[in-house]
Amino acid sequence: MSTPLLNVTGLKKSFDLSQPFLNRLFSGDERKFVHAVDGVDFSIERGTTLSLVGESGCGKSTVAKLLMGLTHPSDGNMRFDGNELAGMSAGDPPDVRRRMQMIFQDPFASLNPRWRVARIIAEPMKSFGTHPDPSERRKEVDRLLEFVGLSAADGEKFPHEFSGGQRQRISIARAISTKPEFLVCDEPTSALDVSVQAQILNLMRELQRELGLTYLFITHDLAVVNYISDYIGVMYLGRLVELAPAEQIFAAPQHPYTRLLLETVPDITMAHRDMERPAGEVPNPITPPMGCHFNPRCPLATDRCRTEKPEFLPYGSSRVRCHAVQEGRADQAVLREDL
Amino acid sequence: MTTSTLSRLYDSDIAWNFRHSWMARISTVTLLLLFAAALFAPLLATQNPYDISQLFLLDSELPPSWVEGGDPRYLLGTDQQARDLYSSILYGLRLSLIVGFASVVLAAGLGISLGLIGGFVGGMVDGAIMRVADILLSFPAILVALLVNGVARGILPPDQHADAAIWVMILAIGLTNWVQYARTVRGSTMVERRKEYVQAARINGVSGMGIMMHHILPNVLGPVLVIATINLGMAVLTEATLSFLGVGMPATQPSLGTLIRIGNEYLFSGVWWVVIFPSVVLVILVLAVNLLGDWLRDALNPKLR
Amino acid sequence: MTLLTVENLTVAFPGRRGTVNAIEDVTLSVSPGEILGMVGESGAGKSMTGAAIIGLIEPPGGITQGEIRLEGDRIDNLRPEAMRRIRGRKIGAIFQDPLTSLNPVLTVGEQLIETIQTHLKLSKADARERAIDWLRRVGIPAPEARIDTYPHQYSGGMRQRVVIALALCAEPRLVIADEPTTALDVSVQAQIIALLRRLARETGVAVILVTHDMGVIAETADRVAVMYAGRIVEVGSVAEVLTAPKHPYTSGLMASIPRIGPRPDVLAQIEGAMPRPNARPEGCAFAPRCPHKMDICLQQRPKLEGSEEKSVACHLIEEVSV
Repeated sequence: MSTPLLNVTGLKKSFDLSQPFLNRLFSGDERKFVHAVDGVDFSIERGTTLSLVGESGCGKSTVAKLLMGLTHPSDGNMRFDGNELAGMSAGDPPDVRRRMQMIFQDPFASLNPRWRVARIIAEPMKSFGTHPDPSERRKEVDRLLEFVGLSAADGEKFPHEFSGGQRQRISIARAISTKPEFLVCDEPTSALDVSVQAQILNLMRELQRELGLTYLFITHDLAVVNYISDYIGVMYLGRLVELAPAEQIFAAPQHPYTRLLLETVPDITMAHRDMERPAGEVPNPITPPMGCHFNPRCPLATDRCRTEKPEFLPYGSSRVRCHAVQEGRADQAVLREDL
Repeated sequence: MTTSTLSRLYDSDIAWNFRHSWMARISTVTLLLLFAAALFAPLLATQNPYDISQLFLLDSELPPSWVEGGDPRYLLGTDQQARDLYSSILYGLRLSLIVGFASVVLAAGLGISLGLIGGFVGGMVDGAIMRVADILLSFPAILVALLVNGVARGILPPDQHADAAIWVMILAIGLTNWVQYARTVRGSTMVERRKEYVQAARINGVSGMGIMMHHILPNVLGPVLVIATINLGMAVLTEATLSFLGVGMPATQPSLGTLIRIGNEYLFSGVWWVVIFPSVVLVILVLAVNLLGDWLRDALNPKLR
Repeated sequence: MTLLTVENLTVAFPGRRGTVNAIEDVTLSVSPGEILGMVGESGAGKSMTGAAIIGLIEPPGGITQGEIRLEGDRIDNLRPEAMRRIRGRKIGAIFQDPLTSLNPVLTVGEQLIETIQTHLKLSKADARERAIDWLRRVGIPAPEARIDTYPHQYSGGMRQRVVIALALCAEPRLVIADEPTTALDVSVQAQIIALLRRLARETGVAVILVTHDMGVIAETADRVAVMYAGRIVEVGSVAEVLTAPKHPYTSGLMASIPRIGPRPDVLAQIEGAMPRPNARPEGCAFAPRCPHKMDICLQQRPKLEGSEEKSVACHLIEEVSV
């Protein structure tokens, strides 16, 4: 096995939600922290796609921001091709950051509305100095526009003249303009309509094949994940609960939360299932449950689950954070009783 | 490029809105007339009211030309120093507008810079800027202006007071008005700062200064334009108030406010025209500016369209 | 007997570049107890159709053609006062964001009781009884205790349950649910879908479920109307439309949805994007993206034709049947 392009170990990020010191002094409140990312380990091989899935508040987008330097980790390491990124700001060091780019969720907010498209796409090349000559830069912009399925003339237009899908193409053109090796894609299709989503997903697969890109794909949509990923990591309240090859997640999900997610995806082929079960909701991340975060919703929870945090241990070809799986209780158990 | 920008402007919603709003068009025409009158005052005026050699004391306190006892040379009559009121108003308008525009530019420049820095940098810097703004807001604007005026008069030798008056006014009014800009720009900056296009710029190693100037600034200027317009009216009024109170433009270089003050002293002796005509011009000017500002605010607000 | 019929409904918005039709010639009907799904991309007109039925089209927009009948009576031309009485009493509404649908300064109980008393002649105590009952029916645990708490004390999924209780407590005949699960997490979305379906079955209320998510439609609706560029292009039973779509747009859409299961090498995709309302082509609005377009498609708008079971607006279908 080759060395992975990206290696993340023990990554943590907590946000301080405490009142200011003086207010705390008077109200007697304790300091409050949200552990948005609470010890995450994964690595991504060159040319492959790892998807992080989870519901809102599970910390998947924070992982993306940490990798890109948009926020700083509280603890842990992020090594990109041997370069340590923890403690480095966005865009720094330039020769490494040039090789990592990001595609954002909201195609309406990710392009500066006052800039022409050509200027938007050229910004990374200008900033990182990959194409110092303006006329060459312009030529490259035209090439990129055509590469992502737009026309060179579109460079003169403003973002509001494009549809959501076309804007996401512009975003992609900007992201690949510095010839990166690694793309972080934060829910790139969740704001798009289905028929357009397919276009963008196909384009991203094509880019991966042609340019040999490595993706970290972040989404809440398991069906999208199925199409795009080689490996899948399932996150719950800041922790990875299962990490496995894509086929395995779908064929043999281990963690009870992964199973719950798979079961609840609305499916166009399975009409009128009865799904009204007491499966609960994601708890408040400020006060996560003790032990395993998933225990209040888990049909397999025991006293051990309620007190002891499970470790992230290898299980077959995957890794799982679950006492029940590690104790061998998960296989036979019926996940949840029907009403 | 220029033609495409121009045609884009003509085709824009704002331009369309403007062509379909009689209020906007009337205020704009009125303002353009007033600006032209101020700009070409030396050509339009029948005398230079600042030049004492052109004044004839015998002609003092003449009523408007159409009133009995009026003199056809003095259209709107004269004041007690025999200055032609029509010419004085043109020159006074000029001074009022200079003070108004200059103080708006000063206030906007100061407010935009501080608001942008505060909103973008945040933390202690932001706290310091906004506390100063809060303190300033807790004083009536006129009091701050009086204070600046008083300090300036204390520092400058008396013989320079008249010459420096206009600068002192601009400074006084500018310093009291920047807070609004700073607050608005700070708020919009904090919204824009979180948007993904700013994150994209950060990822690509664009400096904080570059992000502020090239990304955020163009996106926060819309509301500033509205404030600046309405503020022009406020600035002209503040100038008039200060001059009316006698701490603004001196009687030898009367602005609209000074003229009203002078007229006010003679109002009860039956000399009504000295106070009425400058007041009417002031009201029309401020009204037109405010109507235009209101229209601009509505036109820029997508929710009202 | 049908509960609601909409015929040839057109909603238009006058604008600076002429009048733009948000929806055109929409015809549909809903029976009691039925869940009709309305599916389409953003801007297809599905929400606008719902808004027209509850009389909540923002001026200067308005209905320019067609009629809406509820239990045989026209409701599209009522004065605002009369329409307000119908809203709530006969037609309830559930919107996407549960937080904005609830008043943050009133307790959940106060809001429910107020709604119940506005529409039903009940004493305060009886109304409270009924409010608690409704909270229990929508699956709120310990409703006796939770009735006196405020909306912000509920989680997102529980809040949407309260909104559903609020929409149903005046016992309306029809509920318009506009993207009721879009703001929720997947695992919660499934619970809300199932709840809606159970309540429709229990109370006999008809539901118009507006969503962009085919999966939600498949799991919830009995019939589905597919909208494209302001028109219904295909309508029929969920099983018919989803498994054997006739309109090229519906079949393209179905093929482009990624699924769990065997992974295709390339997702089927429809080229291009839906035209904006002010730039719809002469003939069939889907023609520029259609793999089967014919000359007639560019000139003439196809009519929605077919049986009760299934109607399609496509020249291709007419060709075949002729």
